[in-house]
Amino acid sequence: MTFEDIKALVTDQLGDDCILVTDTAASPQAFYIEPLRLSDTMQFLHENDQLYFDSLSCISALDNGVESGTMELAYNLYSIPFDHHLMVKVTLDRKAPKISSLTSIWRTADWHEREAFDLMGITFEGHPYLRRILMPADWEGHPLRKDYEEQTYYRGVKVKY
Amino acid sequence: MAGTVQYIFDDQNLRKSEPAKYQPEDLTSEEMVVNIGPQHPSTHGVLRLEVLTRGEEIVEVVPHLGYLHRCFEKHAENLPFNQTLPFVDRMDYLAAMNSEHAYVMGVERMLGIEKELPKRVEYIRVLVAELNRLASHFVALGSYGMDMGAVTAFFWMMRDREHILRLLEWISGARMLYNYIWVGGLFYDLPVGFEERCLEFVNYLKPKLVELDELLIENKIFVDRTAKVGVLPLDLAINYGITGPMLRGSGLKFDLRKVDAYSVYPELDFDIPVGKGEMGVVGDCWDRTWVRAQECKESVKIIQQCLEQLSGDHKRTRDFDPRAMVPKKIRPKAMDFYVRAENPKGELGFFFRSDGRSDVPLRIKARGPSFTNLSVIDELAKGGLIADLIAVIGSIDIVLGEVDR
Repeated sequence: MTFEDIKALVTDQLGDDCILVTDTAASPQAFYIEPLRLSDTMQFLHENDQLYFDSLSCISALDNGVESGTMELAYNLYSIPFDHHLMVKVTLDRKAPKISSLTSIWRTADWHEREAFDLMGITFEGHPYLRRILMPADWEGHPLRKDYEEQTYYRGVKVKY
Repeated sequence: MAGTVQYIFDDQNLRKSEPAKYQPEDLTSEEMVVNIGPQHPSTHGVLRLEVLTRGEEIVEVVPHLGYLHRCFEKHAENLPFNQTLPFVDRMDYLAAMNSEHAYVMGVERMLGIEKELPKRVEYIRVLVAELNRLASHFVALGSYGMDMGAVTAFFWMMRDREHILRLLEWISGARMLYNYIWVGGLFYDLPVGFEERCLEFVNYLKPKLVELDELLIENKIFVDRTAKVGVLPLDLAINYGITGPMLRGSGLKFDLRKVDAYSVYPELDFDIPVGKGEMGVVGDCWDRTWVRAQECKESVKIIQQCLEQLSGDHKRTRDFDPRAMVPKKIRPKAMDFYVRAENPKGELGFFFRSDGRSDVPLRIKARGPSFTNLSVIDELAKGGLIADLIAVIGSIDIVLGEVDR
């Protein structure tokens, strides 16, 4: 199944306004979708008989920097029986990044979302146990943001050498 | 003393930095929280597990990670593509060659040079990656045996792994963290006489793998400890994003070396062992271990075929330069790119974003197989005994360097 077929199936089911932009330079080819419709779209991609994206390989959070004022999430989907790939991306507001959680569709999203919350500061609504996963709970800031500055001291130990 | 760093001690420090999910006041009278790790040999590194138990039965396992977090992704977005390679080694430090291979493939595909590489380079890459896969599986099997009380298997596996580490040291100069596979080629060609020495090692190893089956895998005590323990059904495995020997142990014939057919794997002949539930149920700890042991034999087959090619059709010539294709400046065009490859532990993926203007990536995200495979631990251990939890951790085969990155 080609990227165009996947796109046609999605727009048939969820309407033309669901897909905002297509990014054919990406590999696997990607489209940006409306953030509010993420759960619906993913549910459809997961359950449709022809698509059947049963595996969520990776969730990557990206910070586009202060000037652009946006953050992105890239979801890499893969269908084991049909062997096709898809990347789904959403753009979020950098000041209060918020998106619905996908843990009810793919359980693997749990830890990937916790990592994005920890390192990038994106809140996932409906996540069962959203807390920091790699950094200590009392660490200040989200290290992978482009404008991140380390705290000077942590427990009396200087952070930056 | 002036100038010395003084860590501020406080009894509440742990509670503040890594708060437990369950507090004493939340528990009923028969429940108890047992803390396992981070300093315990059976957790295979600095993994801390908060285990809620009712008597001897496990109710929930809450993993606490991050004790080995070294900011791989932050480093990666501050360095050019080729300088990130040594950091990639340090993620899965038991299988550094495989991780390098995955990373390098990704960058080469972004540059569009992956088809132009000399065949000899590709065969050497597969050869060293499979040697490293053997070494990684030996650690997994040996230390798993030790977790289950079989110390002999550990010594035997470490003895054979030592041969591999010395071979790889001869190639690259380092025992575990190689920086050998470069973007567009290799650090050096194989040393003179390597092919013969490696063939000797393969012939030495083959009977040892049969011995391993007899000593550990089919051992009655080991079977009793691992069969029907920590059963992972296939649908749950896929939903949790489980890959590698764990997924194959649950009965799915899925190996990226076959599915994606990258590098020279399509030219090589090997099988994919799949768990059949011979000793208990499909997807139990024994099946996962059995799959790893069988994969060692398949790796040996691949190594033999690579050696044939490297001393036959693609043998060393005087003018062969493994660095001939290495680009001076690595500057891919602006794009998002996801690459994946089969590591000993499962699917290792890298997500790249480059801006097309500099040789420093905007973002690299590593999707480690250990990280995703570990997330299923609660489902596997729930309802079992504490002793079975140790069997489950070992059968997942994690490397904390990759879990925490």
